[in-house]
Amino acid sequence: MSEPTEEAVRAEVRAWLEANWNPELGLVEWRLKLCESGWGAPHWPRQWYGRDLPVKFNSVVDEEFARIGAVGVAKAGIRTLAAATILAHGTDLHKEKFLKRILTGEDTWCQLFSEPGSGSDLAGAVTRADRRGNKWVINGQKVWTTSAHKAHWGLLLARADWDAVKHKGLAYFILDMKQPGVQVHPLKQMNGHASFNQVFFTDAIVEPEFLVSDVGDGWKVATTTLMHERRGADGLRNWATAAGKAGRIYEEEKAEVATTMEPYKWYPQRAGRVDLVMQRARETGKIDDPVVRQEIARLLIMSKAAEWTARRARAAQEQGRPQGPEGSLGKLVSSHIARQAARVHTYITGADALLSGKDSPMDGVIAEILVSVPAGSIAGGTDEIQRNIISERVLKMPKEPSVDTDRPFKDVPRNIAAS
Amino acid sequence: MRFSFTPEQDEFRTSLRRALEARSPTKEVRRQMATEQGFDREGWQKLNREMGLSAVHIPETYGGAGFGYGELGIVLEEMGRSLLCAPFFSTAALATTAILNAGTDAQKKALLPKIASGDVTATLAFSELGGQNDAASVALTARGNRLNGTKSFVLDGHTADLIVVLARRPGSTGDDGLSFYTVDGGAKGLTRTPLKTMDETRKLARLEFKDVEGKLLGIEGAAAAPFARTMQQVLICLANEMVGGADRLREDALAYVQMRMQFGRALASFQTMKHKAADMLVDVELAKSAAYYAAAALDEGDKDVPMLAALAKAAASEAYLQTAIHAVQMHGGIGFTWDNDTHLWFKRAKSSEILFGDANLHREKMMQHWGDAR
Repeated sequence: MSEPTEEAVRAEVRAWLEANWNPELGLVEWRLKLCESGWGAPHWPRQWYGRDLPVKFNSVVDEEFARIGAVGVAKAGIRTLAAATILAHGTDLHKEKFLKRILTGEDTWCQLFSEPGSGSDLAGAVTRADRRGNKWVINGQKVWTTSAHKAHWGLLLARADWDAVKHKGLAYFILDMKQPGVQVHPLKQMNGHASFNQVFFTDAIVEPEFLVSDVGDGWKVATTTLMHERRGADGLRNWATAAGKAGRIYEEEKAEVATTMEPYKWYPQRAGRVDLVMQRARETGKIDDPVVRQEIARLLIMSKAAEWTARRARAAQEQGRPQGPEGSLGKLVSSHIARQAARVHTYITGADALLSGKDSPMDGVIAEILVSVPAGSIAGGTDEIQRNIISERVLKMPKEPSVDTDRPFKDVPRNIAAS
Repeated sequence: MRFSFTPEQDEFRTSLRRALEARSPTKEVRRQMATEQGFDREGWQKLNREMGLSAVHIPETYGGAGFGYGELGIVLEEMGRSLLCAPFFSTAALATTAILNAGTDAQKKALLPKIASGDVTATLAFSELGGQNDAASVALTARGNRLNGTKSFVLDGHTADLIVVLARRPGSTGDDGLSFYTVDGGAKGLTRTPLKTMDETRKLARLEFKDVEGKLLGIEGAAAAPFARTMQQVLICLANEMVGGADRLREDALAYVQMRMQFGRALASFQTMKHKAADMLVDVELAKSAAYYAAAALDEGDKDVPMLAALAKAAASEAYLQTAIHAVQMHGGIGFTWDNDTHLWFKRAKSSEILFGDANLHREKMMQHWGDAR
């Protein structure tokens, strides 16, 4: 079958939307129509709520949705990672049971990978999955789990074989979060927010059919999830289609987005709020302090150069040229920018930086910057991991000799408990 | 704004890099830098003609190739990489740019074709004994066409065939009364003294003018604006040259730790080296983006050029020197020896850091222009 043209796709989706779009429908009701027609996820297989279209047409479809103001399928949160993983590795049963409710937004998902004992070393997970009868029994603890308190389902990485080497002993499960063996507690951060959770498993049960792929292939499946996470990265995109429009469906969507975005509300502060620097410097008169000017200039140079570097990478990509090293630096550079921005905000703010909340400038925003910036260089791959990635993948430097991959995982040294 | 190089530009870069690798291995750099004049005139003329280098950003009307600062930036970046010993920066970036900004059409027609063809080398003399880079510090006087005073830190000043001199009307101050004059390198009353430079690949001279006859370039008393414009262009040129040198240093240090074995493994396998190398890549790539962006902005007549020139120079100054410091450290003891080549670029990094104003100065200038740019 030959590939359709962009014009054909545009015409088809436009005609369908004109015939079907109705802002007075319920959100789920509308999204069920999207599942039926395949226009909600056009790059997915026809059999599974898509239209088998090349992914490049998604932007065309999105444009048509935006033109008419139509709401799309649920895209925010971990659910898109769940969908991508299930499409790549799941059984028909998984696809049947989960994909539609992911698209309609009826189910919320969470990602149960990180553990207190292993942060950057994800594959060092020690949450246990033991076979009891034909079921899997889960014991252990996960951490940094966004939306775990709301989630219906979790993507779980757990160790099923302790005699295998590290990466080969892991299994990947879909876990029912609404069961007695799963307890979720919020994790309070140094900036006072609690955007994440700790999840405790005490004999939590996974039915055998909810093992994804084979025991021992868990890491491979997790890699798919992580790859999609990196691609979608920031979690900060504004998912709402048509803020401010009237209609039942917009109200429902607004509420959905608000719930999903709640944990991310301090993320702009985490990045340092470079956008506030000049305004604050002028307001406080620090713009005339030659030392502060030097520090502001350092920040602005870094921030502009990072912006241009990202544009260089994009330009190369658009021309279909191999991406140079400039494409791999963004995450690390954003940490440098955030730290320098926090330093500059401190210089500008002076004694007021001793205060917090409504007593501090901009109703606490400045104070929140100062205590949120340390998260940026840890979350989503620490600066140290970024430097490893750059040196190994871009600069082709050798890996450090490993001491945990040549023996059964049970013999690998574990954290020493603090006394 | 253009964000990547065209295939033609890449091709030009590749062939130039190949030519420079053949012409300017470090053995040759060391040979030239030890001489007083600092380059081999015949060899340079040959390379210049073959590649059309000093013609690059001269318009076709004046015998040039008619390219822009994007292409000039490529040439300079590759020269910074190879440390080619030649009076290119002085001729193309300094003198040519000043002539293009200040000269009349007739003067450009008279001066530029000989520069484009490579027959004439040239420079711009503006700094004096204090080494300042601003127009207001100029004390050398022009009474009629007679120049009196001293210029210093003049790039290739002792060898240039043609010298563009920034002078002032007696009694004038600040930006007023400034004019450009062109002076023949062998003019009567001109004493040229080479200075001993820390970076031996960058030759500087002191020029004493005693009743030297100059020819007015452009309009009498109106050189302040074209001089300011020239300095912005020169800063962007230098930033592009600098990122070439920084990238070369980075690559050489990386190659060294890849092959050097210590404690039974490649130095490059130690995380401390890997993280340093990653940081160096970040520094150099960010500085490159600033230099490339500024050159593109020049070609597109962007109004932010004054801010971008200062930004690019400040970024390149920090990045090049930091890369040089890391590069010596990664080499260990051998990196501090004369025989190892690292110091050649280390010194170029140092001289470039200071030339035309250091990072502190340009960060301040950038801030002064930031308001206009927003």
